[in-house]
Amino acid sequence: MKILTGNDLKTGAVVWWDGSGWSLHVEDATDAGEHADMILATETAACRVNGGYAIDGVPDDHGKARPAHIKDRIRAYGPTVRPDLSLKPADPDAGSWVI
Amino acid sequence: MYQYDKYDQAMVDARVAEFREQTRRRIEGHLTDDQFKPLRLKNGLYLQLHAYMLRVAIPYGTVSSRQFRMLAHIARKYDRGYGHVTTRQNMQYNWIKLEEAPDILADLATVQMHAIQTSGESIRNVSADQYAGAAADEIIDPRPWAEVIRQITSFMPEFSYLPRKFKIAVIASDEDRVAMRWHDFGIRIVKNENPENGAGEIGFECYAGGGMGRTPFIAYKIREFLPPTQILSYLQAVLRVWNRNARRDNIHKQRMKILVHDLGEEEFRRQVEEEFQNFLALGQDVPQAEYDRVAAYFAPPPFETGLSDEIDRSDPDFALWADRQLVAHKAPGYAIVNISLKPTGGIPGDMSAEQMELVADLAEKYSFDEVRATHAQNLVLPHVRKADLYAVWQALDAAGLAGVNLDLVTDIIACPGLDYCTLANARSIPVAQRIAERFADLDRQRDLGELKIKISGCINACGHHHAGHIGILGVDRKGTENYQLLLGGSGSEDVSQAKITGPGFDEAGIVDAVERAVDRYRELREPGERFIDTYRRVGFDPFKESIYG
Repeated sequence: MKILTGNDLKTGAVVWWDGSGWSLHVEDATDAGEHADMILATETAACRVNGGYAIDGVPDDHGKARPAHIKDRIRAYGPTVRPDLSLKPADPDAGSWVI
Repeated sequence: MYQYDKYDQAMVDARVAEFREQTRRRIEGHLTDDQFKPLRLKNGLYLQLHAYMLRVAIPYGTVSSRQFRMLAHIARKYDRGYGHVTTRQNMQYNWIKLEEAPDILADLATVQMHAIQTSGESIRNVSADQYAGAAADEIIDPRPWAEVIRQITSFMPEFSYLPRKFKIAVIASDEDRVAMRWHDFGIRIVKNENPENGAGEIGFECYAGGGMGRTPFIAYKIREFLPPTQILSYLQAVLRVWNRNARRDNIHKQRMKILVHDLGEEEFRRQVEEEFQNFLALGQDVPQAEYDRVAAYFAPPPFETGLSDEIDRSDPDFALWADRQLVAHKAPGYAIVNISLKPTGGIPGDMSAEQMELVADLAEKYSFDEVRATHAQNLVLPHVRKADLYAVWQALDAAGLAGVNLDLVTDIIACPGLDYCTLANARSIPVAQRIAERFADLDRQRDLGELKIKISGCINACGHHHAGHIGILGVDRKGTENYQLLLGGSGSEDVSQAKITGPGFDEAGIVDAVERAVDRYRELREPGERFIDTYRRVGFDPFKESIYG
């Protein structure tokens, strides 16, 4: 499973390829499969993503794509030492899959 | 403090305007990511794990109240309400938006600050003793020379296309409080004590080739005594030898420390001396009058005379704090106040905008308008009347800034690690937090005495693990965080490089391993010995035995 991630050009926020655009939420990430390189090239050339790259993904219990490596899981969640700054600070389960 | 002249201000303002245009072109798609990256890095703007990160230069760690309030303003308006003091005495912000970066730089410029040369292959922010101008043990205030060096190394052609980054530190006392010998180039300001030849003259003892990272080296002394006004020629000679010989094919081999090591101390010194004579002949050095002009900005503040040195210790909590956080000041009736940014369970070096404003207010009211940032990620109020200490402590205490742990086991240096940094392999901050919690008992900390723990989340060593009495290095072991334990390092005048003890640990295991090392120290120590003293006396094996049992 290949997931595409990068940063929003203007804000620097972490974004995930959702099949048609870039989402702030890792839950929206989709498997880019064999098209990963082509999508990245197109999106980078159009300045729709900054510093984009492909990573390995693994399905969670619901079949949703999650980053395989801890670095990208922390990117998806936010700093583990500041859960108040994550995208979903009110969700107690938001970070349960990170570490 | 140094004040910009019209040239300084014009340069900084012009850079802001230039970067604003470059940023516009990037956002509009006229510059690619690869094209824009070196431009933003020249202005201290990184792309980190969660967002852009801006590193603001605090030259030699000295900042005014007005400037500190601006740092608070940036934290509140453009970031998420906090900033982070770095091991180069800078302030960095973790949640910057590219589209707002030019506005931030413009705001900084209004208070004579910038982010130039805080990144990239440049001469970085010059470090200096955080107690400069206040320390009882200094020969002279090192900051005027640090400022002269800052000026001559900013935008200078010879220094504009370096093989890698280059770090300079200046101290003026026997005690080294900035890890000077871990720098590419270090200066210890000394006084000639030879009664038969120039006794009383001030000079520079020069060191070269230090650095941490994946290949750590402690700097060699390459010159016993340099007349200070020849520093431009000498520094150019050092940089030219490096520029001429350095590898540029492998980023991991391009720091000057590698060249100094490859050439050897003697050959490096010989080449520098040869180039030095060439530069001297050009007569381009800094005139004494220019040094005097700069030094005038650092004239001692108008200390009151006739003040008492007594401190009222009737409040036991205050007395505890005063015993640990105060350092002797050169002026009678004054003290140097260390402000801990290491609350138990907190993030080393982090502080909120409100805390910054409070410290700015205290500096304005009680410390001649000055704050210092330390390489150990704490703050200093350099000039506080002893009669005002209780009021300062009360204000700090109310803001959560009255920690009592200077140089103790919980005064931990930690890089941002994998919580923020793209280069990191493991998280540093949670390890620092767990260790601080484990050793939270103040009586236990005081019993252990000076014990410096330094944690890096990768081999780039931003957390100075090579220089820790106890160092911790986070690595990636098959996708999981793993921590190696090191012992025996020092960044002080008794400089040494720490040694890896053996196989690594997981997060819980490394905290236990640190505790076992500390317990072993308690068993082995002799009266008056610090952890590092005992380690040096008994050697590595007794500790290793205890750690791995």
